[in-house]
Amino acid sequence: VKAIFFHLMPYRDLPADFEQKYESIWVTPPNDELCDPERVEQYYKWNLDELELADRLGFDGIGVNEHHQNGYGFMASPNIMAAALARRTPGNSAICVLGNTLALYSPATRVAEEFAMLDVLSDGRLIAGFPVGTSMDVNFCYGVTPTETRPRFREALDLIMQAWSRPGPFTFNGRYNQLRYVNPWPKPLQKPHPPIWLAGGGSVETWELAATEDFTYSYLSFFGYQHAKKLMGGFWETMDRMGIDQNPYRAGFAQQICVSETDERAEQEYLEHVAYFFKKCLHIPPWFFEAPGYRTRRSTEFAIKTIQPGDVAAMAAQDKDWKTLNDNGFIIAGSPATVADRLIEAAKTLRFGNLHALLQIGSMPNDLTEKNITLFAEEVLPRIRGLWADDGWKHEWWPIGARDRSATNA
Amino acid sequence: MSTTAMPAVGERMIELRDGKIRTHLMVAGQGEPLMFLHGAGGLMWDPFLAALAERFTVYAPEHPGTGSSEGLDELRGIWDLVLYYNDLLDALGLRTVRMVGHSFGGMVATEVAANNPERVSKLVLIAPIGLWRDDFPIPDIAGISPQKLVELLLYDPHGPLAPFLVPPVHDPEALFQAAMRMASILHFIWPIPDKGLDRRIHRVQAPALIVWGKQDGLVPPIYAEEFASRLRQADVTLIDECGHLPQLEQPDAVREAVISFLG
Repeated sequence: VKAIFFHLMPYRDLPADFEQKYESIWVTPPNDELCDPERVEQYYKWNLDELELADRLGFDGIGVNEHHQNGYGFMASPNIMAAALARRTPGNSAICVLGNTLALYSPATRVAEEFAMLDVLSDGRLIAGFPVGTSMDVNFCYGVTPTETRPRFREALDLIMQAWSRPGPFTFNGRYNQLRYVNPWPKPLQKPHPPIWLAGGGSVETWELAATEDFTYSYLSFFGYQHAKKLMGGFWETMDRMGIDQNPYRAGFAQQICVSETDERAEQEYLEHVAYFFKKCLHIPPWFFEAPGYRTRRSTEFAIKTIQPGDVAAMAAQDKDWKTLNDNGFIIAGSPATVADRLIEAAKTLRFGNLHALLQIGSMPNDLTEKNITLFAEEVLPRIRGLWADDGWKHEWWPIGARDRSATNA
Repeated sequence: MSTTAMPAVGERMIELRDGKIRTHLMVAGQGEPLMFLHGAGGLMWDPFLAALAERFTVYAPEHPGTGSSEGLDELRGIWDLVLYYNDLLDALGLRTVRMVGHSFGGMVATEVAANNPERVSKLVLIAPIGLWRDDFPIPDIAGISPQKLVELLLYDPHGPLAPFLVPPVHDPEALFQAAMRMASILHFIWPIPDKGLDRRIHRVQAPALIVWGKQDGLVPPIYAEEFASRLRQADVTLIDECGHLPQLEQPDAVREAVISFLG
C-alpha cells in the first residue's frame, strides 16, 4: 500500500454553536463572521509543517486538494500549496494534487501549465489529479451551469492530454475552449505525462473513463470503508466488465485515522476533534450536494432509484459517539496494531493500493496532528506497506521522481 | 361554445433535426392558435389552460429535456432555444401566434417575440423572469429547501396547492422527473436568470399583458414595472392574495384578465 498524508486544511476554531446558527459549512458560511485571516495564517503554517513532517518521516506521498468557500477545506488553490511543498520536501515524497477541478478553468490549458510547472519544480514528483468536482464548488461557488459540469470536465481533460502529448503549437476547437495556439511552456518532466488520478463519489461514467484511459480512481468519502464496500465493488465490477486487470494500485481510498499508544488513549485524545468534523464540517444541506443537472440523466436515474431516500441524512444523523464512529468505519482509531489490522482489512475488502490517510481531522491541533502523523509513519506504515507486495502487482501510476520506499521500509 | 364541457386534450410528438429533438405537446381547443410556455414547475393541463382552449387552439409544448420532450443537448443556450421555438412553430405550420408564458416560459416567450416580432401577435407574461435588479435579487431556486421554495411560490404555503409542489420523497420516478425538469430549465438560466433580454426586449412589437401576484416571493412584483417600461405597449394586472403561480392560486382573476386582453 502506498500511503499519502492527505490534508483537507480545515478551519480549526469554528464556534461551538456553528451548526445551529448557520445553514452550511460550504458555499454560504459568511466569511467576515467566521473566517479570520490572522488565524488562517497560523493554520496554513501548521498545515505545511504537518505535510513537510510527513515527507521527512517517510510517507510515500503528501496530498492536497481544491475546494472553495468551504470551512472544512479552504485550499482554493492546491497548486500554491504544492509549489511550497515542492521546495521543502527533502524526503522526495510524491506530491499528490487531487486535484484541479477542471470544469472551473477556462481555458483549461491553465491546468496543463500549472501542473507542468509543479512537475518540473518537484523534479518529476507530481501526481496529476483530475476530479469532476463537487456541485458545491463547480455549480454554486463558481457558477458553472450544472448540465455543463461533465461536458466541460471531459473537454478540459482532452485538451490537457493533448497539450501534454502533442507537439505544440496546435489548434483546439472545443465547445468551451477555443484556442488557436496551444503550446504550453514547459511540458511536464514526466513522459508522456504525470500519472493521472481521477477522484469522485462514485459515478459510473468516471469508472468507465478510468478503465478506457488507464487512470487510477480514488473514492473520496468521509463515511469510511464499510460504507464504501458496495461502491468500490461497483468500481471493480466495471473494471472486470471492461477487461481491465484487478491491480489494486488502480484504486485509492480516503480514510480518517487516529493513532495513539492505546485504544483507550485514542478516544481520550481524538474524540472531540472527530466529533467536530462530523458535526460541523459535514454540516451541508442536501440541496447543495447536487444542483439539478450536475449528474447526467443516467447517473441521476441510477442514484435516485438505487439509493434509499434519506440514506445520507440517516448516516449524518447517527450518533457520533466513539463506538459508533469506529464500528461503522467512519474512523479507524486506536493503537498502532489496531489501526494497522483494520487498515489491512479495509484495503483487502475494497482492494485499494493507495491510501489517502486523513490524519488531521476537524479541530485537531498542531501538536496532536504531529503525534498522529509520527505514530502512523513509525508504527503503522511499516505494517501495511507490504500488503500487495507478495501478489506481484506493480504500481504503474506512481511519479518517476518520487522515491520508491517499498524496498527500504517494508 | 359550452363553458361546462372541457375540450378534449390531444397529445402530439414533433420531431425536429432528424429526430435529435423530440417535443411533446398538449393540444386542445378550436380557433386562432395560442402557444403556452410553462415554467420550472412543468406542464400540467390546468383549469386556466382549459379556459384558454375554449376560445383558442392551445399548443402547450414541454420544454426540451422536461417531461417527455428530449433533445436538451442540442441546445446550448437561450439563442439556440429561440431558434428551436421558431422551428417548432414552423413544424406546426403556425406563422403567427398569441404567446402566453409563465415564469421561465414568460422569459422564453419574450425572447421569441423580440427575435421574431412578426410571429407573436399578442403576448401574455405571467410573472416572467429574464430581467435583473441588484436591489431585488431573485432567490436561487436550486439553493434553498423545498419548504422554503413553497413559501416563496405561494401566497398561502399551507393551502391545498402546497403538496403538489414538492415531489413525494418515496416516489423515485417523480423525483427523477422533477430533477430532470429543473435541470433542463436551469440549463438556460444558471446561475442568474439574466441572459441579455434587457438588450433585446425593445424589439417586441406585440401588445403585452403582464400579470403578477402581489405577494410573489420568488420574483418580486417590482419586476412587472421593469418589463412594462421596456415594452412598447403593456398593461399590468396585479392580483392580490397571490404568489408566483397566479394561474393556479387565483385562476378566476387570471382567466378574466387574460381572456379580456386576448379578445
